[in-house]
Amino acid sequence: MKFTWFNLMPWPYLPDDFRTEHRSVWVDIDSRLFDPVKGHAVYNEYMDQLEYADSLGFDAIGVNEHHQNGYGLMPSPNIIAAGLARRTSQAAIAVIGNSIALYNPPIRVAEEFAMLDVISGGRLICGFPVGTSMDTNYCYGQIPALTRDKYGEAHELIMRAWASEDPFAFDGKYTQLRYVNCWPKPIQKPHPPIYIPGGGSVETWDFCIDHDYNYSYLSFGGYLAGKKLLDGYWERVAARGVDDSPYRAAFAQTICVADTDAEAEKLYAEHVLYFYNRCLHVFPGFADAPGYRTIKTLQAGALGQLIEARQKTFSQLTWKDLVEGGHVIAGSPDTVRERMEHMIKTLRVGSVFCLLHVGNQPDWKTRYSTELFATKVMPKLQDMWPEWEGDDRWWVHPLPPESRADLHRS
Amino acid sequence: MTLVWDRVITRRGISCRALRGGPSSGRPIVYFHSAVGLTADDAVLATLAEAHPVIAPELPGYGESTGEELLDDMLDFTLHGWDVVSSLGLDRPILVGHSMGGMIAAEMAALSPERSAGLVLIAPLGLWLDEHPIPDIFATLPHDVPALLFEDPAVGAARLTGGVDFSDTDALIEFFVGNAKRLGTAGKILFPIPNRRLSKRLYRLEAPTLLVWGAADRYVPLAYADAWATLVPGAEVVVVPSAGHMVPVEQPAAVAALIEAFLEKV
Repeated sequence: MKFTWFNLMPWPYLPDDFRTEHRSVWVDIDSRLFDPVKGHAVYNEYMDQLEYADSLGFDAIGVNEHHQNGYGLMPSPNIIAAGLARRTSQAAIAVIGNSIALYNPPIRVAEEFAMLDVISGGRLICGFPVGTSMDTNYCYGQIPALTRDKYGEAHELIMRAWASEDPFAFDGKYTQLRYVNCWPKPIQKPHPPIYIPGGGSVETWDFCIDHDYNYSYLSFGGYLAGKKLLDGYWERVAARGVDDSPYRAAFAQTICVADTDAEAEKLYAEHVLYFYNRCLHVFPGFADAPGYRTIKTLQAGALGQLIEARQKTFSQLTWKDLVEGGHVIAGSPDTVRERMEHMIKTLRVGSVFCLLHVGNQPDWKTRYSTELFATKVMPKLQDMWPEWEGDDRWWVHPLPPESRADLHRS
Repeated sequence: MTLVWDRVITRRGISCRALRGGPSSGRPIVYFHSAVGLTADDAVLATLAEAHPVIAPELPGYGESTGEELLDDMLDFTLHGWDVVSSLGLDRPILVGHSMGGMIAAEMAALSPERSAGLVLIAPLGLWLDEHPIPDIFATLPHDVPALLFEDPAVGAARLTGGVDFSDTDALIEFFVGNAKRLGTAGKILFPIPNRRLSKRLYRLEAPTLLVWGAADRYVPLAYADAWATLVPGAEVVVVPSAGHMVPVEQPAAVAALIEAFLEKV
């Protein structure tokens, strides 16, 4: 198993009346709610936590990209990753990822990811999300019906730029470059492992299978709700006749560990509720720009789920609902281990993005939960897939220790 | 005059459904619909068809028209408009367009000014004024759309759903899929801001131009009528009372009469 310690980097100072007094946590969030001085402390605390996770032996530390978003302070995850590349030496650095249709020209992603891979000594995992409608269409102005086409072209450009040793001309519909010549190039060959965070579209599944990329389902709905989707993915994998290594798939899960189940509720409930009540308060008009999803996906029944998801009122969910519904895996190390085992087996995932910081959780609780997970849960889950031991097709291949620069200069 | 559905195949191979009616001779009117689409009971078209040949093609992505994957940008939409006119063999038609259709008609006239005899633009999109931002229709919740587009939201709500029973899940899904197709296509020229730099091409217009606006247009406010009048010298501007952005639906008799009067003059 591979465990990635992941921090969405939420803004922890959304007011108590956020849900009633504000329209949306995303896109048109009131920017007066951001205080740069507090932000200074928040960023540094979050980055310290990611470094702490590296020191505890997590396989990877993870960051992602959101724009104009109250629960994501990383419009540029590469900036955070650059800091981590210098301050850590063991964990892989999972940037899940860069919304490649938003970079102009997208060669920028090939360059920055290559820099990160080189600086980190080959520890980079690259995510290429299409991006949510909120980020891609409403914040970054991409035309919904053309977003996927532009994404596809950007992907082609980046992969060719990494693979080619000679300059080439790229005559794309969205990007034209006379001299594509990616400099520097990544350490990992032919390229760093690639993860595709996606929803439930058949197109995305096929894209992952065609290119041998990891398919990552990142939702806040929890593993019980995620099962239907992962089942669809595995059916597709079987239908396409490729092997069913669990490392083909990753899943994001909110996790809270304490000494006992009761202590977990006492320590974490308010922060989990902060996340589900305030951070997920997105104006429905921004959820899904017409044309963003393909007609095929809509017809395949995704629409029913969308309507369902929209009608879901996270605000009314209690701690008990969230824990029982699997949105959150919380409790004593034993409880968490048991539920994690169940989650990993039911979803058939070899990689878990562990959201061990939740909402406005203070530093000490985050470290407490993280340490308990690392020492009392993680070791017991390492060998969940013995028959796939050593399958490192979707993992990093860093430089051997003797070739590594000494990163500990402090 | 009853209108019937017909089909137009363009040289590019796009198959468009089109509403058609009127006599076989006379100055033809080609009507380009708004992002909402076209309905068979369009009262303006029915009135005009009493005396004139009228044809209203559905854009790809709308109704039973195909080929939306072939249209990416404004030039594609503009050329498609002329392709339809060419396929129909029409000589110097009057181009009429509402909202997004007005934007397309104006682009067509800017591209080939000599090919149309007159231009009627009904609350056209295509310009942007920083001091009068056009609301983001793509982020407007379905139940807020009528109040944005119609002077009387209750009338609008009934018109926009086309009588679909939303308690029926299949009907609801069909409506949403259709909506995604329609607005997905429209988004190619309207998202995120409905301005594809038409303003720098409007100097090319030659044909007489009539601009029609609903007095209570909350979507493309009246300030835009002034902007159009400035950019299209000689254009006549008529403001229709008791109407919002959907003025052809809200005041069909008045709009049809204005177009008739305009036709007398060209």
